[in-house]
Amino acid sequence: MTFLRFLGGAAGLVVRGNRLYYAWCALLLVLVFVGAGAYATQLRDGLVVTKMRDSVTWAFYIGNFTFLVGVAAAAVMLVIPAYLYDWGPIKEIVILGELLAISACIMCLIFVTVDMGRPDRFWHLMPIVGKLNFPGALLSWDVVVLNAYLLLNLTIVTYMVYSAFMGREPNHHFTWPLVIFSIPFAISIHTVTAFIYNGMVARPYWNASILAPKFLASAFCSGPAVLLIVLQILRKMTRLKIQDAAIWKIAELMAYAMGINLFFTGAEIFKDFYSHAHHAIHTQYFYFGIGAHRAIVPYAWMSLFFGVVAFLLFMIPATRKNVVTLNAGCILIYASCYIEKGIGLLIPGMTPDGLGEIYEYTPSTTEVLVAAGTFSLGFLIYTILLKVVVPVMLGEFRVTDLGDKAVVGTGPEAPPAGLARAGH
Amino acid sequence: MNTEQTPQEQGPAGVTRRDFIGGCAAAAVSAVLASCTPEQREAFLQKRFKELTGAELEAVIARLERENKEKFKTGIKVKTTGAQEGVLFGYGLDISRCIGCRRCVHACVKENNQSRDPEIQWIRVLRMDKERGIDLTHSDPYYNPPEVPEPDAFYLPVACQQCEQPACVAVCPVQATYKEPDGIVVIDYNWCIGCRCCMSACPYQARRFNWRDPVIPPDQVNPDTHYLGNRPRYRGVVEKCTFCIQRVREEHGRYPACVEICPVGARKFGNLLDGESEIRHIMREKRVFILKEELNTQPKFFYFYAT
Repeated sequence: MTFLRFLGGAAGLVVRGNRLYYAWCALLLVLVFVGAGAYATQLRDGLVVTKMRDSVTWAFYIGNFTFLVGVAAAAVMLVIPAYLYDWGPIKEIVILGELLAISACIMCLIFVTVDMGRPDRFWHLMPIVGKLNFPGALLSWDVVVLNAYLLLNLTIVTYMVYSAFMGREPNHHFTWPLVIFSIPFAISIHTVTAFIYNGMVARPYWNASILAPKFLASAFCSGPAVLLIVLQILRKMTRLKIQDAAIWKIAELMAYAMGINLFFTGAEIFKDFYSHAHHAIHTQYFYFGIGAHRAIVPYAWMSLFFGVVAFLLFMIPATRKNVVTLNAGCILIYASCYIEKGIGLLIPGMTPDGLGEIYEYTPSTTEVLVAAGTFSLGFLIYTILLKVVVPVMLGEFRVTDLGDKAVVGTGPEAPPAGLARAGH
Repeated sequence: MNTEQTPQEQGPAGVTRRDFIGGCAAAAVSAVLASCTPEQREAFLQKRFKELTGAELEAVIARLERENKEKFKTGIKVKTTGAQEGVLFGYGLDISRCIGCRRCVHACVKENNQSRDPEIQWIRVLRMDKERGIDLTHSDPYYNPPEVPEPDAFYLPVACQQCEQPACVAVCPVQATYKEPDGIVVIDYNWCIGCRCCMSACPYQARRFNWRDPVIPPDQVNPDTHYLGNRPRYRGVVEKCTFCIQRVREEHGRYPACVEICPVGARKFGNLLDGESEIRHIMREKRVFILKEELNTQPKFFYFYAT
């Protein structure tokens, strides 16, 4: 009963806001509708409305999916310092990372669905009713771990937020194992995603053991990049106190991750170009093109350049702590990793194809619109989650405020109940 | 444990949240199903081919034949002939004879009911420079000279290699594609979800996707079809060569259409388990090789130079 009232109160929080909040939500909603419209065209005409063809059978949708799995996995960058090292400044905000993971997981599932030729047969993927090829096929592993990770984070977040709302101390015997469990799960969702590509002997560009480690390294800088910007916005727009120390620590961890990512990229480039075997043709296509086929070459260099610049900005303490260079670094890292996963992984992997044909892929308008719609839906979900969770963190939305008239937002500077101390 | 939790999660009538959400989902699914025609409902709920029992299979075949009758205005037979015991199919292709005429490509399209617009082709003939030898990177599938064979080229036709260790089968998340006892790798077009993992995994680029609704003019449909082979396909599913499963599995089996049409006799076909078969003779007397042997996919498609 109280939980229903909590949901009612939360709905009240979501529908109310200032003009900027309404404008932001309206923008996202418009984009969601545009994306849904584009997807309706795809449902009507088939995947022919994309630019994917038999040579390049996976492209923009699956690239976005891969990138977002990384964003989802990156919540662990907050969970580890918060829970394992019990580091206060990050512990206060770890829930924001978990909310991001939830939104990213939902986007991942949407991207996989829109890539399916027969979305009406989704139930074939369900265990028991369908015929999930587990443990044989890596995609079925991904279905399992992604959904489990989503459920895990939803459970943790719902329980913590509801406890804080009720003004109760969360039961650590319940939360602690879940939180600990979520760490290997975060690593595994991205490892399994990497293994989908990694296991394919047909594609030498993917069939390299560096793939999974590189996935993790790039995820651990791209996910927090989103988070750092969100944290600063929240600090500006709400009364949430987020310490500089937390932001700087995350930025420092990102620098290490980016450094490792660049090292792995260098190792791959060396192997391919020094040995100059036939298989290097995919890397060559990405960085230099093959003959007149050079559509994605500029992106390759952008990704590399952005990565190096961001690494330097985050490595040097002065630029890491400067608000302008910090945010520039976040955007550069985000762009670098987005290009690397969204374009640089799938397309060179399939160009040239298994028989040497070069089909030059660039996304169609439909693909771009569907992707924009999916991202907007993800951001909308994240916004709504934050709209409810932040007031709970601030102690502004609690059960005691929900009198008979369900008053919301009257709580003054009450101490955050439970949330910040969750886990111990 | 905090025992206060459980009652809090319950709704007014003691219904848990999970029950409530599950109930809503079930209701939504039933509502959608109720709005479909019985045929659509049956198609949606159809099981995997391998799991269909006798009566279910009959019902499914009847429905498919009805669907096709409506679509093509002509009776189309959908066979479910199983593999014969003691048979493992193998294919031989004589590179020294092939003249690159692509008659096999077109005979295959006609026989196997591929979409005509856009035309889906299961066989791809690669033109190789004699100067380079077999070199996939520099091969050309779109050669179009006034006359074949060209003096400076030879040709390498590639279709599904019917691997003994098929990479495509391993990655299918729903087991819609699998290897039959006679070695043919097949696809259940009513179970495939169109994720295209198999296409990414195939080293021979042998699989084709129905990016749009396949189009076959009714007068061009081949009415002799097999469930796992050349029956008309759907949009959003994967297809590929099945060694003409509708022909080769018959009691007095016929050769695949490509073998039959080849004007120079470059294509050979037979039972690998029969020591007297032509394919075994070739393997004994000639020197055969397979494509991309380093991947250990173990194709049952053998290339050789007879002269």
